[in-house]
Parts: sequence; C-alpha cells; structure tokens
Amino acid sequence: MDIKSNLKALTEKAGVSGDEREASEAAAELLRQYADNVEIDSFGNITGTVKSDAPDAQTLMLDAHIDRIGMIVTYIDEGGFVKMGSVGGTDNRIMAAQSVTVHGKRKIRGVISTLPPHVSNDHSKVAEIGELAVDVGMTKEEAEKCISLGDRITINSDFRELIGDRVSAPAVDDRSGVCAILTALKMLKSRKLKYNIAVSFSAQEETGERGVKQTAFRIRPDRAIAVDVSFGRTPDSEPQDTAELGSGVMIGFSAALDREMSESLRNIAAEKDIPFTVEVMPSSTGTNADSIAVSGGGVRCCTLSFPIRYMHTPTETVDIRDIEATARLICEYAGGEENA
Amino acid sequence: MLDRLREICSLNGASGDESRVRDHIKARIAADEIAVDNLGNLLVFKRGKKSPKNKIMFAAHMDEVGFMITDITDDGFLRFGAVGGIDPRVVIGRGLELANGVKGVVGTKAVHQQSAEERKKAPDFEELMLDIGAANRAEAEKYAARGDYVYFCDDFFGFGDGYIKGKALDDRAGCLIMMDMLNSELEYDAWFAFTVQEEVGTRGAKAAAFTVAPDIAIVLETTTACDISGVSGDKRVCELGRGAVVSYMDRGTVYDRELYGLAFELAEQNGVPVQTKTLVAGGNDSGAIHVSRGGVRTCALSLPCRYLHSPSCVIKESDYGAVRALAEKMLSAAAEL
Repeated sequence: MDIKSNLKALTEKAGVSGDEREASEAAAELLRQYADNVEIDSFGNITGTVKSDAPDAQTLMLDAHIDRIGMIVTYIDEGGFVKMGSVGGTDNRIMAAQSVTVHGKRKIRGVISTLPPHVSNDHSKVAEIGELAVDVGMTKEEAEKCISLGDRITINSDFRELIGDRVSAPAVDDRSGVCAILTALKMLKSRKLKYNIAVSFSAQEETGERGVKQTAFRIRPDRAIAVDVSFGRTPDSEPQDTAELGSGVMIGFSAALDREMSESLRNIAAEKDIPFTVEVMPSSTGTNADSIAVSGGGVRCCTLSFPIRYMHTPTETVDIRDIEATARLICEYAGGEENA
Repeated sequence: MLDRLREICSLNGASGDESRVRDHIKARIAADEIAVDNLGNLLVFKRGKKSPKNKIMFAAHMDEVGFMITDITDDGFLRFGAVGGIDPRVVIGRGLELANGVKGVVGTKAVHQQSAEERKKAPDFEELMLDIGAANRAEAEKYAARGDYVYFCDDFFGFGDGYIKGKALDDRAGCLIMMDMLNSELEYDAWFAFTVQEEVGTRGAKAAAFTVAPDIAIVLETTTACDISGVSGDKRVCELGRGAVVSYMDRGTVYDRELYGLAFELAEQNGVPVQTKTLVAGGNDSGAIHVSRGGVRTCALSLPCRYLHSPSCVIKESDYGAVRALAEKMLSAAAEL
C-alpha cells in the first residue's frame, strides 16, 4: 500500500526542526511524481505546483509540516556525556533509557542515561530535559571529534505494524500529513482540477509555525488546507478532546478558520461517504493554518486532521484508513470531473 | 563475541519463560552431563584435566525482566505488570512485543493534554496500557490472553569505545561466559548452573544449588554501575572499563571473605582489572546459593552494567574479558582451596 510505504520511508528520516534536510529530500523525491517545480528552499521548506486547465482558477495551498520534534546538543560534560535541550514540545516522561541517535559528523548511537533506583528511589519523578544526558560511550575528547553543540538528537524507534491498519513510528506528526497530501495528488491525477494546487511541506512548525510563513508568502494562495495530526483517544483522555482511531478525517471548525470552507468540506464528506468527525478548536488551531490565514492580505483556510495516539513520543500511532479518508476529502474538494 | 551476545540477548526469556534461552544454550555447549530439572534450570557438568578438592559450581541466570498481561480492556488495550523489578519510567513511550511476535506500544494521552502536574509525574504500571492496535476486546483476544508474557523490543548495538547496548545483558552476558568456558578445556571438573527465575527472587538457584550440592559457588552476573553524568563518589558504585566487580556484600549475601581476597590476589597476579562496589546494593543468585544445604562458600564476579532492568542495559566489552579471565583463575584456585 502506498500510504504505508511512503509513511515508513518518511518516518525513517530524522529531520528535527531546523535540520530537516534528509526528510525534505525524501519528501521532495516523492512529491516529484505528482507535482512540477519541486524545490527545497534554504530553510528546508519544499514547494511544488500542479496547474489547473481552468482559466482564472484560484490557487489552493496544501500544507503539511516536514519537521519533527527532537532534542539538541547543548553541552558535552567532563565524562563525555552529552547534555541536551528540547526542540519542540517533548514529553519528558518517556526519556529514561531510550535508545537515541546523535546526528553529528556521523550518526552516533547512544542511550539516555538514567539513575538506577539506589540513587533515585522515587519512580514517579520525571527528570527535566536539562537533567538528562546521552551516554555515547566516549571520553569528552572523542565525543568532541564527532559531536558539535547544536547537533540534533532523535529517539530510535522502529516503524511497527500493529493489528489491522494501525502503525506506530516516530514523526508520524506530521509525515502522515505529508502522506495524505501525496495520496490526494495521486488520486487527483485522473481528475480535472478546480484549483491551481500549490504544495508546501514546511519546516519548523514545531518551533513556532516558522517555515509556513515563508511558503505562504511566496505562494500567495487564495485558499489553503493545513493537514496535521490531532489527538487520538486513549483510555485516560477526555472523549470531547479526542477522536477514535479509525473514525476518519477531522474537519476543523474554529474562529481562526474560514467557516465557508469548513462547511463545504463537511458537506462534501457527507455527500461522498467519507468518514469524518468535526474538530472544534474555539479560538485558534495550534497548526500552520493559524499562520497561513494571516499571511499577505489574508487566506481562506481550513484544517484537515486525523487522530494519532501518543503525540510527541517515538511511538506515535495512526490508523492508515484515516490518512486515506483525509486524502479522499482533499481530492473531492479540489477535483472536478474525471479526465476523458 | 558481539554476534554471539547479540544472538542470546535477542531471545525472549523472562522469569518462568526461559525455554528459548535454555534450548539455545543446550545446542551450543560441549559437556559430560546435561540435565534440566523440574523448574527448568539447566545443570551441566564438564570434566577438566584434574579432579578438584572442592566441588565447584558456576551459576548465571537465563531469565530477564519482562512483563505479563493482567487484563484486556473493553476498548482493546492490554494492562500488564512487571515480571521482576522494572522502573515504569523505562517502559512508557516505547515498543514492546508479545512472545508470539505481536507488536505494541505503551503511551498515555498526549503531552499537550497533560496538566502541569501530570507532566511531572511518571505513571505507574496501573496506569500504563499496551496498545496492539486492537479496536476492542474481541479483536485483542485473538492475539493476546491474560498471563501472556510481554518483552522489551530487541535493539542491540555496539557503540562508542567498546560499549554494548541491549536488553537482557543481565544476565545473558554471564550465560555466555559459562558457554565459553564449557567450550574450552578446563583445568578442573566443574558444574555450571544456568538458572531460572533469578529476577523474581533467586528461585531457580535454590533448587540448582540443592541438586548440585557444591562446596564453592562462583556466580557470574551483571551489577549496577552508576558511573554516569551527575553522579559522583560512592554513588557511582562501580565503573565500566575498570574490570570485573567482586562484591564483599550486597543485599542478599555477605560474601566469603577468603574468596573475596583470593579474587583480588589472582587478578593482580594475572594482570586482570578488578574492582569492588562502593555501595551495599543489589543482589543475585548468591543469596540463595550460599545458604543452600549446609552452606556454600560463595563469591560473585560481575560485569558492571549501566541502566540495569531497562531495554538499554550497557556493558563494556573489556569487562567481559576481565570476568571471563578471572572466572578461569578462580576455578583453579578454588578447586584446591
């Protein structure tokens, strides 16, 4: 299946915010199958276009972010242990004894060191990111030869196929959004386009929606759909704040979003039997949509999301069918009649 | 050594579920007598060049820490408890697998949805759930049952300056040293007990020591090293790269004083790096063995190991060599003591 293999390929790349290069290159490679003018800019953003035959067609921007959260090297101590800081909103409860890679001059494996029980008897204490260090098995001198301050760190976790259509991997946030857009473009190949499509796989969302400000400025779209992940239901979560895995695409309704687009997307989903739920985010969305909407002279904007569990951990879990539902809705929104 | 260690650590064998490890070892050793007792201990005898004055038994445990499914919820999640002592903080946010190969992950609601207080408090086992992707109880029950074992995922690698990371190094490293000894020529006859259920109370060793009835026991183990960032002085306990760890006392055993001294003497004579622990902590099969029958003179030779009982145990290759060398010297000396 395309979605699964694309997701595996993309989630195996590092690409922590500000160092998206290897993920950007992989995404650009996939995008070239469906779009023209595919470029990676100096910031790590990827853009590409698909032109409509319709005269005076508006431009629809499809955005997903290519970066992922991670950590960054801040210091190498006397014993050669590598101290770190967060890049984006890490969940520090999951750090102890994780297997990691430091993206230095080469890829360096290591373990996040953790105090054994005789030193820290409190099994419920969560260490602050500044209290943690990566054990790279080297002296300070050796470590400094291959690791520099500012290098990124990622937690190693396999792409795991769970039961049914569910998979678990790091960076599902938001490489699965990238996959949804790629799948939509593939579906649109057999359709006439209502819009000129401009794709943006943007950098540095996790550190403050920074890359998308640049792509939205350059693209100057009339409309935009920001595709990102949202909260999947877990036994300890509030049902009103989460959606069940497998429940389809989540259509955003928010003060910050264009109500006509939200309603139009909802009507299309209902009409085409695409499984969906409504995601209500009263003030703003916390996604790239917030930045796109106020770009230039303003952009009509909506979010399409799908639920994932364990967001911002190395085992983000998604149902492939939800990614597919999202792709179908994008396709139905942007696509006209079948090509002859 | 690295490949053989990788192979034996990749096997899933929590306490009470050691058969894969036992079969692996049985198929790879040369011995004069091999027996499996009622608990699953693998008891092996090998003749050496000479008969010893004292009956010597080496011991290393085959089991590792793991988990067991305690409940399946209506929405298809698996509740689980620890088999052996596991800090719940090294379980959340990573993959686990069932013995049948079904994969799952452990997590909670997203960090964005946690309160400031929740972010600072690590969840305990009662709050952790294994997600295998099942949509409901009926689907989960096709793949999992209460009582099934669950394991840390295998992610074994060498790194840095001769360091090795893997699950179950505690105590497959000790098992591998005993396999090495069995596959080489011994100076003296010796027994080798590959024990079960060490992690749930040194249970296998009780039966093994009774059956073998040794005069002297030499336990090969891994022991807590805390030579990490931010820890100084006696709290470091012992250090990787500084050789075999010989204990005078831990929470299960006050070790035989003469054997303790002998280990240091032999190490010095033979240029084998050796150290002791700077804290009375931990315990191993020695606790069961030294009080077996009328008493067994016991010593423990350990590899210093960081992050014990986590999926990321870390040892150093040079320490493996030190424990292996000292074990052989101890056999010859203890045989004639």
